[in-house]
Amino acid sequence: MSKELIRLADCCMAFDGEVVLNNINLYINDSEFLTLLGPSGCGKTTTLRIIGGFQKPTSGDVLFDGVRINDVPPHKRQVNTVFQRYALFPHLDVYDNIAFGLRLKKLPESETASRVRDMLALVGMKGFEERKIDSLSGGQMQRIAIARALVNRPKVLLLDEPLGALDLRLRKDMQNELKRIQQQMGITFIYVTHDQEEALTMSDTIVVMDHGRIQQIGKPEDIYNEPKNAFVADFIGESNILDGVMRADRLVEFLGRRFPCVDFGFDKDEPVDVVIRPEDIDIVAADSGHLCGSVTSVTFKGVHYDIIVDFHGFKWLIQTTDYHPVGANIGIRLEPEDIHIMKKSEYSGMFGDYSSYSAEYDEIGDAEADAAGEESENEE
Amino acid sequence: MKNKLSSGPYLVWMTLFTVVPLVIVVYYAFTDSVTGRFTLGNVETVKNYIPIFLRSVWLALVSSLICLLLGYPVAWRIAQAGPKSQRLLYMLVMLPMCISFLLRTLAWVALLEDTGIINGFFIKLGLPPLPLIRTNGAVILGMVYNYLPYMIMPLYTVIMKIDRRLIEAAQDLGCGGAQVFAKVTLPLSVPGIISGVTMVFVPAVSTFYISQKLGNTGTTLIGDVIESQFKTAYNPNLGAALSLVLMIIVLACTALMNRFSGDDESVATV
Repeated sequence: MSKELIRLADCCMAFDGEVVLNNINLYINDSEFLTLLGPSGCGKTTTLRIIGGFQKPTSGDVLFDGVRINDVPPHKRQVNTVFQRYALFPHLDVYDNIAFGLRLKKLPESETASRVRDMLALVGMKGFEERKIDSLSGGQMQRIAIARALVNRPKVLLLDEPLGALDLRLRKDMQNELKRIQQQMGITFIYVTHDQEEALTMSDTIVVMDHGRIQQIGKPEDIYNEPKNAFVADFIGESNILDGVMRADRLVEFLGRRFPCVDFGFDKDEPVDVVIRPEDIDIVAADSGHLCGSVTSVTFKGVHYDIIVDFHGFKWLIQTTDYHPVGANIGIRLEPEDIHIMKKSEYSGMFGDYSSYSAEYDEIGDAEADAAGEESENEE
Repeated sequence: MKNKLSSGPYLVWMTLFTVVPLVIVVYYAFTDSVTGRFTLGNVETVKNYIPIFLRSVWLALVSSLICLLLGYPVAWRIAQAGPKSQRLLYMLVMLPMCISFLLRTLAWVALLEDTGIINGFFIKLGLPPLPLIRTNGAVILGMVYNYLPYMIMPLYTVIMKIDRRLIEAAQDLGCGGAQVFAKVTLPLSVPGIISGVTMVFVPAVSTFYISQKLGNTGTTLIGDVIESQFKTAYNPNLGAALSLVLMIIVLACTALMNRFSGDDESVATV
């Protein structure tokens, strides 16, 4: 079993009285790929910087292998960082960039050379030793930044949105690459991103953050299938979130109809949030469904269609591989396992409403996007 | 087409006030002051002034070096300050430049004179007056005082532009404070050092007023000689030849310094 390597205990962070991190409790195991996921301003980068030693928490403890390291400066931590937009040294060539850390450790030049060579091979950049940094492409700089950090054989590699500046195609390649490197090196990766797909693809554990708080910690499947609140349900994938009432264990009522479900342990008649993933909904003939509505918009997405269906004023997003024209009346069926019940939270009512759906997926979590979600009226 | 038009006024200006005077200087340098015929005599006479050339270059170099040593910490400190104090500190550095160059130099005369403010103070305390004025030191002081802002400005601009994350990256890779400076901050400020040294050295090597007021006959600089050729010795031809040689020296020095910086033009991160 893997053992605990890093622990954040009751970490709080405030800048000029503004709370950025609120009581972060988190432990990270050895050799784990852990992702801090959340919208910009959620505190994920601050959390990473605390682990890296660039910031001290206002209160709380940072433990490394059981030792408190709050006051240990960055250059004395067994942690290396891959910075956002790389931060490679422009006055040094590729070789000197990668050798930077080793030379500080006064390693013999022959060992430095062989380790640099190994790293270049690992990131697929053999033969680039003499190249100037400004002659590299974004993807190449990314690889060099990873090599520069990994060559020091850190126990933990911190990655701050390392793929943010790359185009989609390259990002996908690098995701696989990073996962491969992590498994090959067998070290801990702590990865910061706002891209939920990236997080789902690579992570062993995902920590979803918002407003300086941890919203949920779990395996990718659990986070996706069992979101704890409306924020997580909306941020990870697409979700239709409805108001419902638990009538009994495994029985929920919404849109004026009772549905069997698999959740239990709620009070009788407790108001809840009901999550239905757009890809779980089965479309059937209008007269044989649990609910019946009309299609108001269709968007072709390649693998599937995104269709918006109006159920007596409630608009749902449904993903289907079959084409249904605008205006068509369709029915839907919901199986018990398609329905996920969440306790009401501060986020209830803020997400999961597709009345304002406009062809593109809502931009992730920025303040503007939140505001747009609330102003559903200005859509026709 | 449009670009050519818009650079027109500048080209006219350049031609009228740079190229034409340069041609005139070259013409004068190679003609005899009496006969007006072509001669190499003026350029040959220049070699009598080699010690003065050397002294000028030496004093200008020393001043540039002192400016660098004084200016770098100041520029670094300003770059670290918050945006508000940054503007204030920058203003303070620039402030002396709002006062006339002549006035500033005369103020130093008043301070350093044998019966000046500093020595007056010493005499009052019953101490012997110090030989402050009419020394090489006084000339260097005048140069440093007058040209220091020209050192600080480019240094500040360059240090400002150094990416914070490069500093953090260096710390992350194991650099303590001094190593961060030696391995990242300093190499990345080389372009600022080069332009700062150039901006101090070039005016200092050709200056003529500072040495007259703060120096003695033994500290005459090449600028003073050139001035006297035009104003008192009435030998503009020799003056032109001296100017020409000075210009070549300055160009050579600048080229040499730019060579130093190699192709390290990228200051900001990539």
